[in-house]
Amino acid sequence: MPYDSGTASGRPFRPTFYLSEEHEHAEGEATLLGFWIYLMSDCLIFAVLFATWGVLGSAYAGGPRPSELFDLPIVAINTSLLLSSSITCGFAMVGSQNDKAKHTLFWLVITGLLGAGFVGLELNEFAHLIVQGATPQRSAFLSSFFTLVGTHGLHVACGLIWIAVLMVQVGQRGLIPANRRRLMCLSMFWHFLDVVWIGVFTFVYLIGVLR
Amino acid sequence: MRMVARTEHALHGEAHGRAHRAASARGYMTGFLLSVILTAVPFWLVMTGVRHDALTIEAVVTGLAAVQIVVHMVFFLHMDVRSEGGWTMLALIFTLLLTGVMLSGSLWVMYHLNANMMPMSAEDMRNMP
Repeated sequence: MPYDSGTASGRPFRPTFYLSEEHEHAEGEATLLGFWIYLMSDCLIFAVLFATWGVLGSAYAGGPRPSELFDLPIVAINTSLLLSSSITCGFAMVGSQNDKAKHTLFWLVITGLLGAGFVGLELNEFAHLIVQGATPQRSAFLSSFFTLVGTHGLHVACGLIWIAVLMVQVGQRGLIPANRRRLMCLSMFWHFLDVVWIGVFTFVYLIGVLR
Repeated sequence: MRMVARTEHALHGEAHGRAHRAASARGYMTGFLLSVILTAVPFWLVMTGVRHDALTIEAVVTGLAAVQIVVHMVFFLHMDVRSEGGWTMLALIFTLLLTGVMLSGSLWVMYHLNANMMPMSAEDMRNMP
């Protein structure tokens, strides 16, 4: 026996560095953590845009200043719309937990309407600024303003599409586990956008007007 | 070996069991009331009190925003140290660290760049190498 294969049984010894038996995972179990990681990366996008605003927010280039442009009562209405949509979204989640599809759909409609009101008012504000000649090209202040607030608005608009799609899903299939998971992701996304808006109304509008 | 795998499985299952804290209408209402107050106060301060010291108002408004962000995180996003076995909190802390470095770094560097820039006349500009 010139060569020994290594083990008494004659089979070569092969160490394994992985679990040979995968324990069971429910479908989509890791989705919520994954979605949270996505939100954190989105948070970095907004962090960079806030930093840009911080650096360029007072570079008016002889153009209009925030106190001449921003209409705080409108911003207050906008803020209350988004804030209310956050709690109606919460009520929709409570509905889905209690397995009440009608309840969930009702609050999703309200959330969508409030969100649409927010986007509508914001577009109206942008149009008003552009008519006045306060376009993104006018000064670095306006470029950073439109980029930051526009990116947030775009996120909310995407959230509206998502709400509409989920309403169809829940309407057709009911509150199946997959739909509940989607609803949880949606509510995380929506609440996250509300958190970003706190930064926007504080640092862009309120402190902008103070300067 | 089998024992270890079983124990890990058990721990894993336990961690998943606590992954999602139940949302309650009560919790949402509490968060909402707090955040209405925390929104109304800064708007009121800025819309009525601009004649006061702007720097103080700026500091107060920033502080209120920080508190409101924490309120939203706790009552709406249900952040706690246990969900998903602590990974959501870890991801959040890491993101906050990056955000802090990015914001403070950008503001600091750009402020000094502006402050330390030599004033340059049109004459100097023409003679630049």
